[in-house]
Amino acid sequence: MSEALLDIRGLSRSFGGLKAVQNVSLTVREGSLSALIGPNGAGKTTLFALMSGFLKPDSGTVRFAGQDITGHEPHRNARLGMTRTFQIVKPFAAQTVRENIAVGVHLHERRRSAALLQAEQVAQQVGLASQLDKPASDLTVAGRKRLELARALATRPRLLLLDEVLAGLNPQEIAGMMPVVRGIADSGVTVLMIEHVMQAVMHLAEHVWVLAQGQLIAEGSPAVVTADDKVVEAYLGHGTAARLRKASAGATA
Amino acid sequence: MTATSSSGARQLGCIALFAVIVACVPLVTKSGVALNFVMMALYATLIAQAWNILGGFGGQFSFGHALFFGTGAYIQAIAQLQGGINPWVALPMGVGGAAAVGLFVGALSFRYGLKGSYFALVTLAFAEVFRIIAVSVPFTGGGVGLMVPLRESAANMQFASRAGYLWLVLGFVVVALLVTWWLRNGRFGAYLQAVRDDEDAARAVGVNPFRIKLAAICLSAAFMGAAGAFYVQVFQYIDPGIAYGPATSVEALVAAIVGGMGTLWGPVLGAVVLHVLADLTRNLFGELPGINMVIYGVVLVLIVIFLPRGIAGIGRSVRQLWAGQGTGP
Repeated sequence: MSEALLDIRGLSRSFGGLKAVQNVSLTVREGSLSALIGPNGAGKTTLFALMSGFLKPDSGTVRFAGQDITGHEPHRNARLGMTRTFQIVKPFAAQTVRENIAVGVHLHERRRSAALLQAEQVAQQVGLASQLDKPASDLTVAGRKRLELARALATRPRLLLLDEVLAGLNPQEIAGMMPVVRGIADSGVTVLMIEHVMQAVMHLAEHVWVLAQGQLIAEGSPAVVTADDKVVEAYLGHGTAARLRKASAGATA
Repeated sequence: MTATSSSGARQLGCIALFAVIVACVPLVTKSGVALNFVMMALYATLIAQAWNILGGFGGQFSFGHALFFGTGAYIQAIAQLQGGINPWVALPMGVGGAAAVGLFVGALSFRYGLKGSYFALVTLAFAEVFRIIAVSVPFTGGGVGLMVPLRESAANMQFASRAGYLWLVLGFVVVALLVTWWLRNGRFGAYLQAVRDDEDAARAVGVNPFRIKLAAICLSAAFMGAAGAFYVQVFQYIDPGIAYGPATSVEALVAAIVGGMGTLWGPVLGAVVLHVLADLTRNLFGELPGINMVIYGVVLVLIVIFLPRGIAGIGRSVRQLWAGQGTGP
């Protein structure tokens, strides 16, 4: 259970003069539910794109399930068992929810009718069962996030990369979505999620990596990471940690 | 689930019914005008169906489908004239040759990620390049064109009456309908539509868009090649303007868009409606050259504005217009 499923070493990628990801190394253990957090523009989505093959790294390696997959096309990685979702959801708008999910199912099921049937089970898992025959373009934002998740889940991944599946949802919808993510992890899928909703990170993740300005600045359990001065300052600005400590000392005194 | 598979079976039944009814037309009427009309409508259907595979299901809008049409036509003519090959043997050569050109153009443009108007321009340019080549090289007969000598016999794919040609092109149309049915009810079609709707999302779930689009353009080109070969057999003549000129490209895409892209019956409806319109206006305005193109243009604009899903999607479009008015200010 604690084998390394995804292992990245010294991954870097620049866009012109911007070093989006700099020398990042991390290991995702099989069966874990972990999170990647960081302020806006920290390079989280770029790192996901490098892992899943949508972008090629300038340097560094990506190993998945023991294989070197650096620079492989995303569809090859999906066939190996690594599937990502998109922060800006990408439904196949002209098709129904069922047909959308079936595209994911087709990765391991050639027959159309069987794929459409299996789509129902996946829809149940993410709470979309009642909307199976709606056009994807008619879904609400929350519905589209669920669809994004369902389509990725339908490929039966070993590793699921979730890019902000909770962003843009109201507190009620977040509360509805969290057990879904938990359930996926409990079913044996390794999950790595990018998330801004700290409530979800604190509740769900066993391990957290913090990315700021393209570099990993901290890692550990959610409690450890959020108490880390570097993390606080990455979010709230230089010197904040000291000021906060002083303020809270003053309050208790 | 049973709903989906039974609707698939019903569609197959409709295709069979369509084939039988149209095949019976020559038994009911001997009128040359009527048979000619049905034959030409089927021919227009075939090129619209061919375009629909790549444009409607794949979302790759080609403005130069004449490229494949002309290649099929020239191979059909040259094989007979230069090689003395029987037209029934030449036909698969024409179809295969068109598919090979599709493979070449597709590999080139999809490898470099050309989409949308860039892809349209590249296909347009290729058709034009092939037209210029056809004018220049010796074996196409240059600008004069090629005449296939008249030798009427079924063994020579030249029929005494229009009925033979009608059945021939009906055969192509039915095969194209079956392929379209398969696109709507199979994994390849699902992948093709996924690539059309969002290429990155498709890649993320294991679809290789390059291979899918390449297969689609070959398939589309093959049917276009069959239409070109059929044209040569009917008219016994081909020249660079007919083969690679824009008229065929435009006819293919207008009929598919007017009828309804990515649908089974859309190209059939579109081709028939446009054909009726073209015939009516020809009677009204006489043989004003190019009047059918003007009509096509007007119809296309009206359809794109009011019925974006084409004639086949008329129900949904009207319902949405109503709903839009209901919730509007």
